[in-house]
Amino acid sequence: MAWVNAIIQGVLTGGLYALFACGLSLMFGVMKVVNLAHGDLAVVAGYIAIFVITVMNVPVLWSFLIVVPVMAVLGYALQRTLIQSSLDRGVLTTLIVTFGLSVVIENGLLQFFTANSRGIGAGLPLVSESFSLGSQIQIAYLLVVIFAVAVVVLSGLQYFLSRSKYGRLIRASADDQEAVQLSGADYRHVFGICAALAFGTVALGGIAYGMYSQLSPTTGTDTILLFAFAAVVIGGLGSLWGTLLGGIVLGVAQQIGAQINISYELLAGYLVFLAVLVLRPQGLITRGAQS
Amino acid sequence: MTSPLLDLEHVTKRFGRVVIAEDLSLAVGTGDMVGIVGPNGAGKTSLFGLISGDLAPGGGEVRFAGRTVTKLDPAARCKLGIGRTYQVPRPFGDMTVFENLLVAAQQGGGLRRRASYAAAVSALERTGMSGQANSPAERLGLLQRKRLELARALATQPTLLLLDEVAGGLTDPEVAQLVEIVRGVNADGIAVIWIEHVVRALTASVGRLICLSGGKFVGDGAPSAVLAQPAVREVFLGSEVSAALAGGSLGATGTGDGAASGERSEP
Amino acid sequence: MTSPPGQVKGDGEVAGGARPENGTPLLEVRDLTVNHGQLRALDSISLRVFPGEVYAIIGANGAGKSTLLRTIAGLHRPAAGSVLLEGTDLTRQRPERRARQGIVLVPEGRRLFGSLTVEENLKVGTAYARPGPWSIEQVYETFSWMRDRRSQRTAQLSGGEQQTVAIGRALVANPRVLLLDELSLGLAPVIVQRIYGMLPQILATGLTVLLVEQDVSQALRVASHIQCLLEGRTTLEGRPADVTAEQVEAAYFGLAGVAPAGPPVEGSESLWPG
Repeated sequence: MAWVNAIIQGVLTGGLYALFACGLSLMFGVMKVVNLAHGDLAVVAGYIAIFVITVMNVPVLWSFLIVVPVMAVLGYALQRTLIQSSLDRGVLTTLIVTFGLSVVIENGLLQFFTANSRGIGAGLPLVSESFSLGSQIQIAYLLVVIFAVAVVVLSGLQYFLSRSKYGRLIRASADDQEAVQLSGADYRHVFGICAALAFGTVALGGIAYGMYSQLSPTTGTDTILLFAFAAVVIGGLGSLWGTLLGGIVLGVAQQIGAQINISYELLAGYLVFLAVLVLRPQGLITRGAQS
Repeated sequence: MTSPLLDLEHVTKRFGRVVIAEDLSLAVGTGDMVGIVGPNGAGKTSLFGLISGDLAPGGGEVRFAGRTVTKLDPAARCKLGIGRTYQVPRPFGDMTVFENLLVAAQQGGGLRRRASYAAAVSALERTGMSGQANSPAERLGLLQRKRLELARALATQPTLLLLDEVAGGLTDPEVAQLVEIVRGVNADGIAVIWIEHVVRALTASVGRLICLSGGKFVGDGAPSAVLAQPAVREVFLGSEVSAALAGGSLGATGTGDGAASGERSEP
Repeated sequence: MTSPPGQVKGDGEVAGGARPENGTPLLEVRDLTVNHGQLRALDSISLRVFPGEVYAIIGANGAGKSTLLRTIAGLHRPAAGSVLLEGTDLTRQRPERRARQGIVLVPEGRRLFGSLTVEENLKVGTAYARPGPWSIEQVYETFSWMRDRRSQRTAQLSGGEQQTVAIGRALVANPRVLLLDELSLGLAPVIVQRIYGMLPQILATGLTVLLVEQDVSQALRVASHIQCLLEGRTTLEGRPADVTAEQVEAAYFGLAGVAPAGPPVEGSESLWPG
């Protein structure tokens, strides 16, 4: 029964990982940008939430209403300035620039917030309580909510990409930047919107992680970025729902590993990641399935 | 009966459904100078690839200097004496011009030190690059790189030189100088096959012109005769202009015949 | 009916398709010079396109034809010269702005959005469209097969079908000048003729067409005015009815004294030693 519990935990954690991963997948799929600062941005969002909650006394559950738009705007601005100009210089430059950004963010956070880890909404019943299914299965409310949010967000993103004008432009820009210009669209603006979406979703992920676990300045690269990468690769590059599948596979692998031996948790996840890279590098869902 | 220097026999090459070379047979003798023209996508550069070893044929044989080289890789063929320039020059950027030529002479020509120095110097002088001998190759502009391409090919001591569109972008006097250099190379006994869009460079220098279209030879002979052939004119100018040149008048619109003017393959 | 050999200029005759030589052209290119690195792709090219015309640019490969269209569309920045739309200088404008003003290019090789369906490609075309007679519905009326295949990914279409969708994508933007780059590339002649056969319908809606065509005969068949380029310079210009086949041949190959001669590129040393 403990195994069933582990699997359920793993599946639900997949939702959290999907929130981490979908922004990364979007930015890479559309702009070929590997944003090494992706995880750190989630942490930044978490810290902004903490600030907003403690200093401005915004109720915890409403903090995301402020943080997500702020992060989205930040994403647009960063894309139009820093990332676009490094893209113009080449893929390698973008990698180095986002790496530098990651270092700057982490050290900035260390300066302002110290290395202590913080949580969000520690006292709330939603965050700390769980319900039971039968005698051996305990499910945290928070995890269920996060999973539900992830599904809603992914559905929304998928709908946006398939049906809306800008969603189409984003997909078209991913196919052919120059041809999109010939149709009257400024691809830099389109990329900005894509980045805004990525930053917004990872902000949600950061706040969720702050509630589920704790945030510290290095959590971004230690944990979030790696999990996001793994989820994207396992699920399949270019597929949004693939990030959920990848997240679930990762989460389940981790929980099963933890059942065997608590210290195997992370290792198990990365072993599965490695296995996918070796056996099926294109991921579980290949591009054709998207939209 | 002397056998030809280069002998292509029924060479065929396809990429999927696209025909790059269709049953091509070509014989080029020692010291010949041959020009090749053809529209975009006709397979000219691919033909060079089949000769130099960059492309392996799907069928047919390639013979050079009496040996069957169909299975040999480009390096081996270069050592045998096939020298070639590429449309997009890619010199060794970190090295000087002279060092680039040394590499060509030693690796491609298989020459030892003193002989390789001599070969490199000779290639420098031939192409007028003596003044740039010590310039780093990456600092050269595009036109200079083209010069270096030719010099590199010469430094490999070829008996057959394949030139791929070296005259593009040159002014009239420059084209004339280029033609002089190539004729000089040919006068030394090196056979030359020259792909060009700048047709007048060829008409001024080659004795034999071949038109390639859709992977097939459409014309082969004296330049002025080939350019006057209806089939060749049709390849470049289309069926109506070709018919008009043959003795109709232009402007007879409406009944343009829908027959294929040369095969075009779908991408 | 022959004209003197050498360059032929339209001289404003009224016969079937007058060029108002003193009026403002719809699209004008003045002394356009474009370099690719040190290579001069276009050397002081000028042309004028008047409303309702089909203006064809012909010439051998390397002549600069596609470079000309792409520069007009804004994808290349010229070293000198200007591009004007109804007298307004567009030379500094980015490509997307020019598209919104009504200069729409159907690029060489179609360049459809492969992961999008036929209809989605058309919808992208409408994203920044000007008002006008063309809509997606109108495109379906004109090319009826497209309606049935509108949910198919464009990567699955044949070359000729893709070319038509690419044209449709440009049409729904309601351009003033439609730029067509090498329509015939990679297509069977029968298909090419069918596509060019649509031109009258397109022109009837008030568009003007500037096209680049590799097949000289095809260009002469559809154009009201032609210009031949050779190595970045104009070797011939005039109405198809006014030029002889010999003039076209000479202009195309640069033989018989029609070869362009000019000074070397500014500031660069001569490629070959004197």
